[in-house]
Amino acid sequence: MVAGADIDGPAMARRRTWRTPLMRLGRLIGSHPVSILIYVAVMVGIVLAALNGASAMGYNWQWYRIPQYFYGFTEEGGFVLGEIPWGLVGTIGLSTAAFALAVVIGLVVALLRLSDLVIGRAVAVGFLELIRNLPLLVLLYVFYYVFGPIFGLDRWAASVACLAVYHGALVSEIFRAGINAVPRGQREAAKSIGMSTAQAYRDIILPQAFRFMLPPMTGEVVNMIKSSAIVSVIAVAELTTVGRDIISETYLSFEIWFTIAAVYMAVTLIISAFATWLEKRHAVTD
Amino acid sequence: MPDADAVITLRNVSKSFGPFKALSDVDLTVHAGEKVVICGPSGSGKSTLIRCVNRLEEHDGGTINVDGIELDEHTENIRAVRQDVGMVFQQFNLFPHLTVLENLTIGPVRVRKMPKSKAEKLARTYLDRVHIPEQVDKYPAQLSGGQQQRVAIARSLCMEPRIMLFDEPTSALDPEMINEVLDVMTELALSGMTMVVVTHEMGFARKVADTMVFMEAGRVVETAPPEKFFTNPESDRCRMFLDQILEH
Repeated sequence: MVAGADIDGPAMARRRTWRTPLMRLGRLIGSHPVSILIYVAVMVGIVLAALNGASAMGYNWQWYRIPQYFYGFTEEGGFVLGEIPWGLVGTIGLSTAAFALAVVIGLVVALLRLSDLVIGRAVAVGFLELIRNLPLLVLLYVFYYVFGPIFGLDRWAASVACLAVYHGALVSEIFRAGINAVPRGQREAAKSIGMSTAQAYRDIILPQAFRFMLPPMTGEVVNMIKSSAIVSVIAVAELTTVGRDIISETYLSFEIWFTIAAVYMAVTLIISAFATWLEKRHAVTD
Repeated sequence: MPDADAVITLRNVSKSFGPFKALSDVDLTVHAGEKVVICGPSGSGKSTLIRCVNRLEEHDGGTINVDGIELDEHTENIRAVRQDVGMVFQQFNLFPHLTVLENLTIGPVRVRKMPKSKAEKLARTYLDRVHIPEQVDKYPAQLSGGQQQRVAIARSLCMEPRIMLFDEPTSALDPEMINEVLDVMTELALSGMTMVVVTHEMGFARKVADTMVFMEAGRVVETAPPEKFFTNPESDRCRMFLDQILEH
């Protein structure tokens, strides 16, 4: 009897703890349908509060005026894209160019940091500390108002360079972490069959590091698209600038900012979904 | 004066990791076709010694000469040596993102600039020699440990080296897979390859070794032919070590 009680003891105690009212409440809230319900309720609450506030200040919603900024028709009946899609094209063009450059900068900085060259490491660390400790907006002003005249950069080039340098610093840390995650034996095996350092990186280390880098790199693409909005302060043609321009003509600030936000979100969610798919595909070959 | 047919010559080699002296004043000569088995307790510097021979570790004192090439800061020398010296690791270190065939051909294609078709033919020849011709299109993770290690041996052989180094090639294997790897190594030894093997497999050593080397605390304590080494070692430490590992 005593032995039996001993065996049952801990299991019974564990089961009993679930019966305390607080734990039961926690379990209920944590369950799937209930948490979805809570989520929906909170969201509805926020939207209602916003609408309520807007109507309290007498805001006149004019959603019907929004579609014209997405598409329109010429007098001959031809289809034309509106300002918002063109703004999105600007954002994507800017982000793509800046990200491509950021990857190059990031790879160079990461390789310098991992190299045996003392000067290389010092340059890399100096660059990282400088960039990481400056606000992006200040960096943009430096590129546009200082480097712009010096190197003859126009607004677009200054913006691309600024975003590339800023995100290059972050990308280099992703490269470094990815490269470090590849076991040391891989490099040794590559060297032991006579590969040069460059060959070992290209054929052995980077392809393996790619898998580790994919999730944070996608996050960085999303960050790039988001932070590209900042170049609207120097009036580079992109989505946020388009939003500001439309509002200055129409005063539709609520509708336009909701719309612009939704467009950004649609793009970043698509990128995240693509990355998830890519990750799954690469997991299979392992 | 170095021997005429010496392919590896170490003179007064030392190596430290911080305050820890991994090798002190090691002398070792390996002749063409010779099989040298190095044993000793863990931490005695066996792996460091073998890794210095293809400069995965840089020695800080003394000279290492491999195949007539002095190992120093000259990167070109080191790469030349590495193409002539194959290395098999305890953890296999196969390239997990490449198939077995690609693991074998990447060296010849990238380093020796061999045409791909020729490299694949070569790879199949060596896969036959390690008795796994049927696994060419698999990825390393799909193979057993013993198969992976045999692929690793074939990968080294594809560079057609003159010397093979083995760094505890069976230590990471399950017991039932050790023999398939040792069999391949024995066949390689019989084919006349120069081999330096760090191992605790004394059965293999007895069968294959021309020279036994016992190391302790970064020094070569005893060098002897296997008959003498196993029956009548000179140093007490070596005798104690052999008693311990041959006990059962």
